[in-house]
Amino acid sequence: MQEHSEHHIVPKRVYALVFTTLIIMTWVTAWISTVDLGPMNIWVALSIAVFKASIVVLFFMHVKYGTRLTKMIVCSGILWLMFLLFVTMGDMWTRGWMGVPGR
Amino acid sequence: MSSHAASSHTSAVVGHEAAHDPNLKHHFENADQQKESASIGMWVFLLTELMFFGGLFLAYFVYRQWYPAAFISASNKTDVLIGAINTTVLICSSLTMALAVHYASLGKKQLLVFFLIATLLLGGIFLGVKGYEYHDKWVHHEIPGEHFECEGCQDAGHAQLFFSLYFGMTGLHASHMIIGFGILLVLIFQANRGDFTAKWYTPVEMFGLYWHFVDIVWIFLFPLLYLIDRVGRPLL
Amino acid sequence: MIAATVPVKEEKNYMNAEHGLKSWLLTQDHKRIALLYLLSVTVFFIVGGLFAALIRLELTTPAGDLLDSNTYNKVFTAHGVVMIFFFLIPSIPAILGNFLLPLMIGAKDLAFPRINLLSWYVYMLGGTLGVVVLATGGVDTGWTFYTPLSTTYSNGYVVLTAMAAFVAGFSSILTGLNFIVTVHRMRAPGLTWFRLPLFVWAHYATSVIMILGTPVIAVTLFMLMLERGLHIGFFDPAYGGDPVLFQHLFWFYSHPAVYIMILPSMGVISEVVSTFCSKKPFGYTFIAFSSVAIAVFGFLVWGHHLYVSSQSAYAGMVFSILTYILAIPSAIKIFNWAATMYKGQVRLTAPMLYALGFIGLFTVGGLTGLFLAAMGLDVHVTDTYFVVAHFHYVMVGGAIMGYMAGLHYWWPKITGRMYSQLWAKVACCLVFIGFNLTFFPQFVLGYLGMPRRYHVYPVEFQVLNVLSSGGAAVLGLGYLIPGVYFLWSLKYGAKAGDNPWGATTLEWQTSSPPPTANFEVTPVVTTEVYDYSNTEVPHIV
Repeated sequence: MQEHSEHHIVPKRVYALVFTTLIIMTWVTAWISTVDLGPMNIWVALSIAVFKASIVVLFFMHVKYGTRLTKMIVCSGILWLMFLLFVTMGDMWTRGWMGVPGR
Repeated sequence: MSSHAASSHTSAVVGHEAAHDPNLKHHFENADQQKESASIGMWVFLLTELMFFGGLFLAYFVYRQWYPAAFISASNKTDVLIGAINTTVLICSSLTMALAVHYASLGKKQLLVFFLIATLLLGGIFLGVKGYEYHDKWVHHEIPGEHFECEGCQDAGHAQLFFSLYFGMTGLHASHMIIGFGILLVLIFQANRGDFTAKWYTPVEMFGLYWHFVDIVWIFLFPLLYLIDRVGRPLL
Repeated sequence: MIAATVPVKEEKNYMNAEHGLKSWLLTQDHKRIALLYLLSVTVFFIVGGLFAALIRLELTTPAGDLLDSNTYNKVFTAHGVVMIFFFLIPSIPAILGNFLLPLMIGAKDLAFPRINLLSWYVYMLGGTLGVVVLATGGVDTGWTFYTPLSTTYSNGYVVLTAMAAFVAGFSSILTGLNFIVTVHRMRAPGLTWFRLPLFVWAHYATSVIMILGTPVIAVTLFMLMLERGLHIGFFDPAYGGDPVLFQHLFWFYSHPAVYIMILPSMGVISEVVSTFCSKKPFGYTFIAFSSVAIAVFGFLVWGHHLYVSSQSAYAGMVFSILTYILAIPSAIKIFNWAATMYKGQVRLTAPMLYALGFIGLFTVGGLTGLFLAAMGLDVHVTDTYFVVAHFHYVMVGGAIMGYMAGLHYWWPKITGRMYSQLWAKVACCLVFIGFNLTFFPQFVLGYLGMPRRYHVYPVEFQVLNVLSSGGAAVLGLGYLIPGVYFLWSLKYGAKAGDNPWGATTLEWQTSSPPPTANFEVTPVVTTEVYDYSNTEVPHIV
């Protein structure tokens, strides 16, 4: 029943790589906001943020080396956040579809 | 009423106590079980934190969709350079925290203390910069409320919503940093006293998860609050 | 046989292990914390009940003669807030769950005993603040705190009441967190997931909802308090805010919160039905997974509270369909309990009577929920007594019946004493009759168009309202009697023995009341949980 988490010592090289990537991506996302991508700007910004968050979760927070349960908890958190965001936005996106009589 | 306990279900074994470990609580069988329980508990706690911030993110997305012009011009009032520098500071503090956990797991006390203090200092710089930004907003009457003004904003009536969210989200984030600050002080004290060993450093590890989570929240706040449509404006 | 204890003199158990007030207030024993919760939850139940009595008294006459409209608004708000946040949500999980979860999985305690105690203090802080505020100043918004009424127009203590609910929420987060970790990591050797009692499955699912839903109500109330205090426009249309967004956020928690109330009851019923039929529950895995399905899909139906708001009709349709789908796992449970009883030797003890009451009343509550899930019909009965009757059938007929069933079922384990079966059955019948008399007329009233939350009504509704108030008196009596015989049993009740009902789950295999460490030796589980082949059916007076 116990799922032992092998205690994994992450090499310092990995930390250095993740850190460098995070810093570079921070400045990339700042720069890219000045480029006109139309409605894609927010999606690019969010994708970069998701990427940065993922490497923090995977390497700094050791989820990559963690138990299956930890991975499941992380995934369920993301799923539920999506429930909250997308189901509500579903209302916001479709609210205008049906006209108001008399208006 | 005779007490007829069914015996089919179980058989008994003598509960074996692990060798005496001062950090092992009585109701756990062994150190592994205790450690994993702490780790799951912390992750579940972070799940609640995620949903807690989620409500504010939802409000942000709804109003950004409704009032794009107000959000663009209000967001342009923030200083990207300061935001980017602060993001960098916070990422650095995440790195030092990760290294603190790393050296805790190797049982290197001095390096652990050093990196915890580094994390504390970087967190302090972040909060200081944040305070400077708040002050700047105060000076420019950009605090939501009766005296709110948004000079030169398009759709200025709705710009206040942006700033309500700005202060709500960064304020909640900053309050998490302040709580983290307090815990860090305790950890530095304990680490210096030699409480943590390579075998048991659970508090450091759990706090690391918390600190990284706070970092992640900021990773999202930075583009959402500072970087809405900067097209045609110099970055620096 | 684990606790083959020969009663020498006074056995050491969790109750007499230590004495004095301090030993209770600083205890980290999950069983003692459960009793702390039992005591405080009962107090809040009585407070909430008194508010209900005021409502029903006022409604016996069509005129508003007892309370003025403002006071009436405050009274029904107080009833809702106290019953939901301070009674129903902590009732089964924090009392029975707290007491039984570690016992059922063969653990010495919950994973985090100190956090468990903390959760009680946090709960008491929130509850006390709530009751004091509601009794001294009051709030007139209803327990839902809808904006902009709550943020702009209400004269009551909105911020303090919201703060009370906010604080109490953290207590349920802590409880849920503790349960999840405990179920994952504290199970006895050999106790695999599919050997877990269904009560544990139900509590696991409940904890998932507590963990993922409660933070959202916390942040919603946080925004509400900011908005009320500073008028910064989160939900205020004057600043471009959206009141419907508040409703989305509110119901994202508060609809799943209904499952926080009902799922633990379902867990209780699964245990009770199985024990008193001496049969393995029909479709164990289906019942187990239906709990999890309710926890997951329960999060996707909140929009059915928003049909008459300005929510998009398309979103409404999706929410409607999802709500219908959610009826399936609930129905699975009902059918499986019925199938368990089919051709079983059903022993009609007091807990079993409550369980049968639960099944019937919850079915009515659930099916009328489907009426309300249909958008067209919902527009007709929105904010009428039909809705009031529906959710009372689920929460009182469902959740509280389950709570009473559980309390009667595990009372001998918790206290080591047996109560009077006769009186318990009388009380159960009173509750059943009183309940139906109170709330069935409300279905009719609602269908005829009587709106909720008004203290005056047209004369033609009086007969049904008087019936309802009369029923409430019977119901109140039905809840008082158990208080009497439970207390009586503490001193005069016969010794219950370790396993008075002939049940198979682990908690019955330690002594009653259990020792502080729960088991003399850690049990090792070798068979499935509901194996009655070696269990003798005892005779119960």
